[in-house]
Amino acid sequence: MIDNNTMTDSSVIFKRPESLSGKVTHYCPGCTHGIIHRLVAESLDELGLRERAVGVAPVGCSVLIYNYFNVDFLEAPHGRAPALATGFKRVRPDMIVFTYQGDGDLASIGMGEIVHAANRGEKFTTIFVNNAIYGMTGGQMAPTTMPLQKTTTSPFGRDVNLAGYPIRMSELLSTLRTPAFIARGAVHTPFHTVQAKKLIKKAFRLQKEERCFSLVEILSTCPTNWGIDPCKSTQWLADNMMSYYPLGIYKDPEKEGTK
Amino acid sequence: MAKKLMKGNEAIGEAAIAAGALNYFAYPITPQSEVAEYLCWRLPEVGGVFVQAESEVAVGNMLFGAAASGKRVFTTSSSPGVSLMQESISYMAGAHLPVVMVNIMRGGPGLGGILPAQSDYFQAVKGGGHGDYRLIVLAPASVQEAVDLTLLAFDLAEKYRNPVMIIGDGMIGQMMESVTFPEKYREPSSPEGKPWALTGAKGRPAQITKSLFLDPEQLEQNNIKLAAKRDEIKKNEIRYEGYKISPENKILIIAYGSMARICQTAIDEMEQEKVSVGLLRPITLFPFPEKAIYDEAVKPNIKAVLDIEMSMGQMLEDVERVLKGKKPLEFYGRTGGIVPTPNEVKDKIRAILGKGGKK
Repeated sequence: MIDNNTMTDSSVIFKRPESLSGKVTHYCPGCTHGIIHRLVAESLDELGLRERAVGVAPVGCSVLIYNYFNVDFLEAPHGRAPALATGFKRVRPDMIVFTYQGDGDLASIGMGEIVHAANRGEKFTTIFVNNAIYGMTGGQMAPTTMPLQKTTTSPFGRDVNLAGYPIRMSELLSTLRTPAFIARGAVHTPFHTVQAKKLIKKAFRLQKEERCFSLVEILSTCPTNWGIDPCKSTQWLADNMMSYYPLGIYKDPEKEGTK
Repeated sequence: MAKKLMKGNEAIGEAAIAAGALNYFAYPITPQSEVAEYLCWRLPEVGGVFVQAESEVAVGNMLFGAAASGKRVFTTSSSPGVSLMQESISYMAGAHLPVVMVNIMRGGPGLGGILPAQSDYFQAVKGGGHGDYRLIVLAPASVQEAVDLTLLAFDLAEKYRNPVMIIGDGMIGQMMESVTFPEKYREPSSPEGKPWALTGAKGRPAQITKSLFLDPEQLEQNNIKLAAKRDEIKKNEIRYEGYKISPENKILIIAYGSMARICQTAIDEMEQEKVSVGLLRPITLFPFPEKAIYDEAVKPNIKAVLDIEMSMGQMLEDVERVLKGKKPLEFYGRTGGIVPTPNEVKDKIRAILGKGGKK
């Protein structure tokens, strides 16, 4: 039986999160930054954190992230976002601070800053987007580039004898003794996107509860610089990246009995 | 307030607390590690923040993040460490953030040595980081002045929303002298009254602190803003001190920091030889006391201007620029951690007057 009242009552069931500004992004077709931005924004909204959030933008494709969010933002030098976040969070522990960094920013030039921020247990959240390549500068080899993957600076494929193997940041950081929440997700299917959202939201919840440092790594696609169309890119990620970068929770203060 | 006997490094730390600056980020480096060793217990006593960072690169960027909060933040370091902070200095200048940095200079270049020097003048005064910006640069000549200038530095940094650098040589940091601090310490700094501070997008649009302007016209506007600030600073903030300046002066010495005090001894001793020498000591290295130096230098009795530094001649280029060739310019400097003695200064004065037509 159809209830006429329900039929005519237009209640909003899906809308843009308040934490997003609504500006059109500059990201390439098939790039997953937009999805990850939304997951971060939804998490801030749902936990009621938007009005006391400060984001720290990286250098890389997401350098202009501050245009797409409706929260205060700082623009960091390349790789230094965790140092800026440390500085801000230490003097304003009542605020919610997060960095949003790519793999060149975090795993290459910013390796020192992220390792020490995690090791000190700085109580901010890092969203680490790993697409296995330098995007903004036009597709150069990253520390996360897969063995034999072709880039503009590894035209014959990454040679592991000269460039080493891709760095697994979540695994590396989870070896640190300091309690932290460290997890890896992906957004190349709706299922994985829902799972990734849970990780991101948990990271922010732990910060809200003043628990620990939190980092969520998200495997991401870069169709433009991979030279693969968007649909095939998601398949490339599943075929090539997921076995080397397994999804899951690497470190969880709620499972270690830490407080 | 009663006088205290304190090492320069510790006095600078206490002065920052007196200025309401309770947020300190640092990395150990000789000859100023005492500042961190002092503040690591002193700041928690007053509810402040002390962070020992993993590198000076991180220190500079922690300051960048913390300064955006609107609270007063600072660091201390020495020459090689300050080189590593240049990235963040450029970014903070570009983002119009107030911050105070102290460089207790040691001999360079490279790892150099750990003894006092004044060889970072160019780095502090002329740039250091990339881009078109200037620092306000203060140079104390005593432990008391290091305290006074630390207090001033935070006010200037906030007034102009610009990084301020205090450069003292290793002697200023290591020397113990009696100092007095203000009777009443400032309240801990806060974002209040600072609409530029990031405090969360509550009841106002979101705010961005950045130095990135991809639109060339916007970037030029930011540079025009920085240049306007530079000109304001040059108009308002010149500070210097004269010592035994008189119409009888035959030589005008230009020296700053500890070097100026050594020159004072030489000047006193030259009086016994009936040779009148005056000293003009820049307290602000940027803005540089251009007019004051020129006006003294062109006085009829002055035979020559003598620039003395613990470097191979850096401020010298500014003095030369200011003199416009109106008077002979002489230079004496020692470096590598060697400090010119009053006798060396006196010998140089005698040599100039001997050469320059001593009556």
